[in-house]
Amino acid sequence: MRFKSIMRLEARTLAPIVSLFLLIVGTALVVPGFLKLSIVDGHIYGSLIDILHRSTPTALIALGMAVVIGTKGIDLSVGAIIAICGAVTAVLTTSTELHPLIVLGCALLAGMACGLWNGTLVAVFGIQPIVATLILMVAGRGIAQMITGGQIVTFHSDFIDAIGNGFFMGLPARVVLAAVIVAITILVLRKTALGMFLEAVGGNSEASRLVGIDSKLLIIMVYVFSGFCAALAGVIIAADIRGADANNAGLWLELDAILAVVIAGASLSGGRIYLGLTIVGALIIQTLTTAILTSGLPAQYNLIVKASIILLVLLLQSKVTQNFIKARVQSFRRASDA
Amino acid sequence: MKLSKTFTSMLPALVASTAVLLSSPTFAETYGFSQIGSESGWRTSETNSIKAEAEARGIDLKFSDAQQRQENQIKAVRSFIAQGVDGILLAPVVETGWDQVLREAQRAEIPVVLIDRGVDADPSLYLTKVASDFTEEGALAASWLAAETNGVCDIVELQGTVGSSAAIDRKTGFDSVISNFPNMNIIRSQSGDFTRAGGKEVMESFLKAEGGGSNICALFAHNDDMALGAIQAIKEAQLQPAEDILVLSIDAVPDIFRAMADGEANATIELNPHLGGPAFDAIAAHERGEEVDKWIKANGPLYLPDTAEAEYQARR
Repeated sequence: MRFKSIMRLEARTLAPIVSLFLLIVGTALVVPGFLKLSIVDGHIYGSLIDILHRSTPTALIALGMAVVIGTKGIDLSVGAIIAICGAVTAVLTTSTELHPLIVLGCALLAGMACGLWNGTLVAVFGIQPIVATLILMVAGRGIAQMITGGQIVTFHSDFIDAIGNGFFMGLPARVVLAAVIVAITILVLRKTALGMFLEAVGGNSEASRLVGIDSKLLIIMVYVFSGFCAALAGVIIAADIRGADANNAGLWLELDAILAVVIAGASLSGGRIYLGLTIVGALIIQTLTTAILTSGLPAQYNLIVKASIILLVLLLQSKVTQNFIKARVQSFRRASDA
Repeated sequence: MKLSKTFTSMLPALVASTAVLLSSPTFAETYGFSQIGSESGWRTSETNSIKAEAEARGIDLKFSDAQQRQENQIKAVRSFIAQGVDGILLAPVVETGWDQVLREAQRAEIPVVLIDRGVDADPSLYLTKVASDFTEEGALAASWLAAETNGVCDIVELQGTVGSSAAIDRKTGFDSVISNFPNMNIIRSQSGDFTRAGGKEVMESFLKAEGGGSNICALFAHNDDMALGAIQAIKEAQLQPAEDILVLSIDAVPDIFRAMADGEANATIELNPHLGGPAFDAIAAHERGEEVDKWIKANGPLYLPDTAEAEYQARR
């Protein structure tokens, strides 16, 4: 019985990992040199590193999104928060003499304040998450445009630059930074009861209230966490191009983040949080993008190819397909036994 | 009671001032200008340029910012018609839905000049369109590159947003010129969505796919922002932009002049924001009873690094 449940868990867990593996192998067959890694200027260089590097913002906001979706919520405002925090970073760097660490702190606080706003609307005023966060999704980009005055604000700061483009022990610094945050999140959620509480709130908020979980506080906290993740992604995106582009930074990234959570196998109706697999989901999305860009595909086919492969990944992960594969494997075994 | 008294006491003055205006119609022409908004640096400089041109000509320009909304523009045009202006400048936010309000202007015999974009309406409803020809911009870029490289060059191209008229026409113009040179080829072409981040990411993948970028001769970007992103990708690949890979783009935003002054870009073609002059000329020609072309092309010049520092200081 116990063994069976582990098997089931594994099949579901395996689907995103197998998809990522197949995607990388498939691309390597089409694009020669895709797997090639070399050392350039003291750090690792190659398409695989690019994928890690480019997926960092999506992975970060997907991490926040996974927790929010786990509590039966959703955060559509992360793209706008990215724009706001990028704008805060750029404007503070260009127009004040503040230490870059304080600038970073201000940007993160701005993101968490946005999260607090979302969380308050959802938990205290009981507005449906999709509507509550839609408000900031629309207004936030306007706020960012107000901060930058509608222009792309170019800035120069060695510290912020290092976050976006620097290297740490041969790896991109932002990848290391994101990995640390993912690891801390997994530890806090899985080694304490917090993760269980969150899933309980998402599974049945009334029941969790009756057993004494302060669901309001928890829900506010998850939106603040999502705001924090988006803020960090915003700083990274701004640092990447050394400028804050309020119109385009993080545009539609909330959808990629939701997709990563869904690829990980979580249900949008809450109750489950898969952190590690969500990161795999973000990697799948970025691998696909990088693969399309390096393959030489004409630009007008980008979206249709991307959508088709995502559909394949989701089909591979669906219960019907997995039951079908399981049945085939069992009948094959029986046949080979006999 | 008191109010009506004030009004009657003001009435003679009002009549007098109206009479002055009516008696000297050539003294100060009044034009209305309905602008889309101020979403980009380019649009702000277009607005400023048109206002400055009106002031230089002694035109009384009534300005209305539509904040990206067509209904605000339609409202503005109607109010211009009600005020009986001598001409209307309209930078349409979308292509469709203008027939009715243009017909109203035509009935009031007020010429409408479209600024920097076209509309999907009967050409008889407006006087003319004053706008850049994206195809010519692409062709000019290709001509410069052909001259610079003696017609031998492997080019990577950063396209604008798929389906946008700027991306389609700039590509068409560029391709039409390089097709005359058998040794000029576009070896990679992808969309960077007109953004810095897009330009950087796509350029990174081009550099990986082309063996580190050693065989790329030039980059043609459909706008400056993508080129600015790509310049960073080139630098991070340990190559020297503008030397190892020529960098050529369109728009002439301030930051590309900074890059050119720093020796990181080679040329940019201005997307001309100075559309006020040709627009006012067209209305004046119409008033004299002359025939006006339906599309007045107002293309900008190609800028090179030698003037970049001065241009940057003038534009920032």
